[in-house]
Amino acid sequence: MNEFMEWLSQPWPWYVAGPLIGLTVPALLLIGNKTFGISSSLRHVCAICVPAGIPFFTYNWKKEAWNLMFVLGIGIGGFLAMSFLADPNEIVLADQTQSELAALGVTDFSGLMPADIFSWSNVFTLKGLLFFVLGGFMVGFGTRYAGGCTSGHAIMGLSNLQWPSLVATIFFMVGGFLMTQVFLEPLMRWVGF
Amino acid sequence: MQVLEKDKEFICDAPNSEKKEERGLELLKYLIIGVIFGIVFVKAEIISWYRIQEMFRLQSFHMYGVIGSAVVTGVISVQIIKRFKLKTIKGELVQIPNKVFRKGQIIGGFIFGLGWAITGACPGPLFAQIGSGYTVVLVTLMSALAGTWVYGKFADKLPN
Repeated sequence: MNEFMEWLSQPWPWYVAGPLIGLTVPALLLIGNKTFGISSSLRHVCAICVPAGIPFFTYNWKKEAWNLMFVLGIGIGGFLAMSFLADPNEIVLADQTQSELAALGVTDFSGLMPADIFSWSNVFTLKGLLFFVLGGFMVGFGTRYAGGCTSGHAIMGLSNLQWPSLVATIFFMVGGFLMTQVFLEPLMRWVGF
Repeated sequence: MQVLEKDKEFICDAPNSEKKEERGLELLKYLIIGVIFGIVFVKAEIISWYRIQEMFRLQSFHMYGVIGSAVVTGVISVQIIKRFKLKTIKGELVQIPNKVFRKGQIIGGFIFGLGWAITGACPGPLFAQIGSGYTVVLVTLMSALAGTWVYGKFADKLPN
């Protein structure tokens, strides 16, 4: 049993994780006729908490409660994985990535996320403004404007051979490449890295 | 009756096409799938800001392998479901709504991509990051909710 847990605690390769994620699509369809998509949960929370009479948030969200259970499960899964299956070793990154990030001032590679960025002490700083406030806003605004995120378009939409989802996925990647390759360094310098 | 009409108008991007209403314990199955999903997210390090950086710097195959093999699995599954007209456990025919093209998929998709590279997370991993102890990501989540709300508020004024 211990050996099994140790084996599970290693980082899982892509060819295990990818098919498992892909299987979420038929699983949700077959257990309840649900179309896979995660960013919709954000819309439902808005519809529940602050509908403010806006037509976009005025609908029967109770019917979509399954989506909120799903994301709650994702949070619990994250907790379980970290509590019982955590990898004791440092994250193994491509050498090139590690040296480029180190040059940007990200030097702590002990966890899954860089402590230089993702800590509460950064919340009320320019770093927090960039990485949490601005970044989060763009994720929420952009996914809703696009009508889906990586799950709804890149996985669900492409699985169903929907060309609008291919367009969306291409522009997700274009935005990501541009931010990483062009804007991230000056932005990080600006916030004090 | 009014609610019913609203339901007809409402097109969610990840809709519930089941005709029967589900309540309470019936919703637990989605929680369980979510738990498995969250564990995979953490163990394959998809929630890691570093992995997203590797992907957008084209320095590792990992994320491309994950997304690529997920799509291949999804395509095969959906083809099987359609070909054999598979039914849900409650006996309903599986329905998969088509995605309709809008300009938002270009503009919004681009904006999301910019944010994805900053936060190192799309909406799914946000929840897994919080659960796995990076509680500061709650701030990112609140901000993502604000972004969603602002889109909803101005949806009819944006090019679409």
